[in-house]
Amino acid sequence: MRTPLLQLSDITKSFGAVQALRGVSFDLYAGEVHALLGENGAGKSTLIKIITGAHQPDGGSMVLRGEIVTRLSPAEAHARGVACIYQQPALFPDLSVMENLALRLEPVRPFRRVNWAQRRARAIELLQRVGAEIAPEQEVRELSMPEQQLVEIAAAVGAGAGIVIMDEPTASLTRKEQERLFSVVREMRREGVGVIYISHRLEEIFALADRVTVLRDGASVGTRGVQTNVATEAASGSSGRPAEGLTEAALIQLMVGRAVTMTRQARDRAPGAEVLSVQQLSSVAGGIRDVSLRVRSGEIVGLAGLVGAGRTELARVLFGLTPADRGEIRIDGRTVAITSPAVAVGLGLAYLPEDRRRHGIILELPVVANISLAVHRRLFPGTWLRSGPERKLATELVQRLSIKTDGVDAPGSSLSGGNQQKVALSRWLATQPKVLILDEPTQGVDVGAKSEIHRLIRELADAGLAVLLISSDLPEVLALSDRLLVMRGGTLVAELPAGSEGPAVMAAALGQARSSDGNRSANGGFGP
Amino acid sequence: MINRYFREISVATALLCVLVLMAIFAPHFYEGQPLLSRLTAAAPRLLVAGGMTLILLTRQIDISVGSVFALCGVVGGSLLAANWPMGCVVPLVLLLGGLAGAVNGALVAGLGLPSIVVTLATMVTLREALRLAQQGVFVNLPERVQWFGLSMNAGQAWVCGLVGVVWVLLALVLRCGAAGRFLYAVGSDAEAARLAGLRPRVTTFWTFVVLGGLTGLAAVFQLVQAPQVDPAMGRQLELEAIAAAVVGGVAISGGRGSLWGVLAGFLLLTCIGPALTYLGVKPYWDKAIQGAVVLLAVTADGWRRCRPRIESGRRKTG
Repeated sequence: MRTPLLQLSDITKSFGAVQALRGVSFDLYAGEVHALLGENGAGKSTLIKIITGAHQPDGGSMVLRGEIVTRLSPAEAHARGVACIYQQPALFPDLSVMENLALRLEPVRPFRRVNWAQRRARAIELLQRVGAEIAPEQEVRELSMPEQQLVEIAAAVGAGAGIVIMDEPTASLTRKEQERLFSVVREMRREGVGVIYISHRLEEIFALADRVTVLRDGASVGTRGVQTNVATEAASGSSGRPAEGLTEAALIQLMVGRAVTMTRQARDRAPGAEVLSVQQLSSVAGGIRDVSLRVRSGEIVGLAGLVGAGRTELARVLFGLTPADRGEIRIDGRTVAITSPAVAVGLGLAYLPEDRRRHGIILELPVVANISLAVHRRLFPGTWLRSGPERKLATELVQRLSIKTDGVDAPGSSLSGGNQQKVALSRWLATQPKVLILDEPTQGVDVGAKSEIHRLIRELADAGLAVLLISSDLPEVLALSDRLLVMRGGTLVAELPAGSEGPAVMAAALGQARSSDGNRSANGGFGP
Repeated sequence: MINRYFREISVATALLCVLVLMAIFAPHFYEGQPLLSRLTAAAPRLLVAGGMTLILLTRQIDISVGSVFALCGVVGGSLLAANWPMGCVVPLVLLLGGLAGAVNGALVAGLGLPSIVVTLATMVTLREALRLAQQGVFVNLPERVQWFGLSMNAGQAWVCGLVGVVWVLLALVLRCGAAGRFLYAVGSDAEAARLAGLRPRVTTFWTFVVLGGLTGLAAVFQLVQAPQVDPAMGRQLELEAIAAAVVGGVAISGGRGSLWGVLAGFLLLTCIGPALTYLGVKPYWDKAIQGAVVLLAVTADGWRRCRPRIESGRRKTG
């Protein structure tokens, strides 16, 4: 038995109250491609950051090339031959390709002579090895995304990296660029490099990986060998299927696995009139194409999909933050042009943004000002603030949503995450909106506050609001939604009824053709 | 409470200490006429410091106020010299200041250019244009302009009183006005404010206009104090205004600060020079000590910020 390049056992890691990893075991051998698969938030990124030394694990052991390592720093990981290629290449755009390579490969000594000829020769050699047709003098800003990726790979190869991590490398590549990347990866494998390959695209994993490990809720739930038939792979490109044993369905089952613990929130009454209707909406800036959907009063429509599927972008287009190029938006049957958030608010739209810690509430303003911010014009028609109505509104909402705060004058920054989220929600309730768009409303919120927010969302819908719920938390969308839309690659790919199963949703989000009725299209690969 | 107004309280305390020291060691400092003269001389700059506070709250900066101040002074003075009536010149000068602010505001808010660069350019352009046009010649003002044609004491009282009224009005609008809330919201987090349906760019634009108008008003109050207008007036006015705001607890990063703190900061910086004279120290030290006060204030901020804070529940990544 060969010794593995890398062996992780029972790695745990917490951030505050959130346990990101609860016991992950993983190993990697020289000359293999080991895929890492999991839902959003399963712990893939955290695991990668532990391997590259960006995070220190709380528990467990890590053996790198036969040596037990503790407290690995990024510099040390680099010195031991770990290289990571991120989705967004981390190069210096104003420097040339060879300078970028030199920064990674040459010793860090500020006072030394630079041998430009040697630097250039080295760059040419490395670029050739990864099959990149790039001039070493070219500035990185002029390169396309896949070309930049190749420069990153060249740097990893040049550093003699024995362990190369690739985090969703094909996310922004076209089919042809993908093929070229795959051949580079296969070349690295032949040379004895261990590749950790992260991707949401199952067909890539079947085409490329030797083994696959599935993470779920911060734990490794299984490692399987992928029995790729090399002959068919060569014949049919990346769409090779396993000969037997491991199937896509089995992998999806592993990823979703858990028993859905949240009970479905029953709807009190039938949905009312159509409030929001979107026809063939496209936005180049937002990467959205041909989205059509309808939300009725009293209805919660879930929007599922993987990170980067375009859900947040769709919400931003609807709220006037990103311009739309084509398509029609109707509110209460009236065609509207939403050119800015201020217009959207005026039309009865409300949007609870994804990144609450950054833009949900204004941390320096007191709770009362945060709640009244979107209804300023209605509350204060004149020049002056009137603290009476403002405080009454805030006090009511603080009570109704049971926000835990040290009075309505406490600054927003003094509240806990869940309560900040409730303040952001109350701001929108104060506007008495017709359509409420929620983007990851319970992300980073503790369990208690989470179920309270769920109850609130249901109550709001029952009171006649049309709710569009974006969530990566599969049990959450399944439990709350009356209808489920699945997005992938900037467009809707499936519509599923209430009570759908997790695996069906995940299959649609991953682009598999096996989901149930209502599946509109199951296009395989797609360009950027 | 103490934590929230820490800065205002500490600056006010420092000011009080200086005043008490003067009362003990140099009671002449409080003689009526010289005190009133000193306050009157400082009053126009206080208005600019107030306007600068508004701009800093929205997370912008305007270093062209000195040039706008000089422009308003020279134009206003020339009109008065040409025998235009005071009641006509004052609104025109306010308008001119507002217009200069609108140019800055349009470039910053409309095109999204960085305010330090835009106002640096307008500062130099206006200053040089003024120098070319005026060739360094002072504008002689008719006698009726000085102290609004009143006695010096009455005129000084009027200047101080009017500046005080404008200041109180400004503080009221900032604290209790609907628009004041927007400044804080936009300066704290422009994106969050936009998501809440506010119009950060509109807010920013009008704040520049208001600062311009206040600068014009300050120029008027400067005009009435001397028989001539120096076309080079208002040099380093922007630095004084920013220093007063920063010492008074306005965060350069926007969204934090109050006009009362700025008032305390302004008075502290203003009375250091005379205080030194009265205490028998060479007045050359004035600027150096002002600089030291600014440094001390921002260092205190930095130190308070650097102390470890508990960050709970970081977002999970995966």
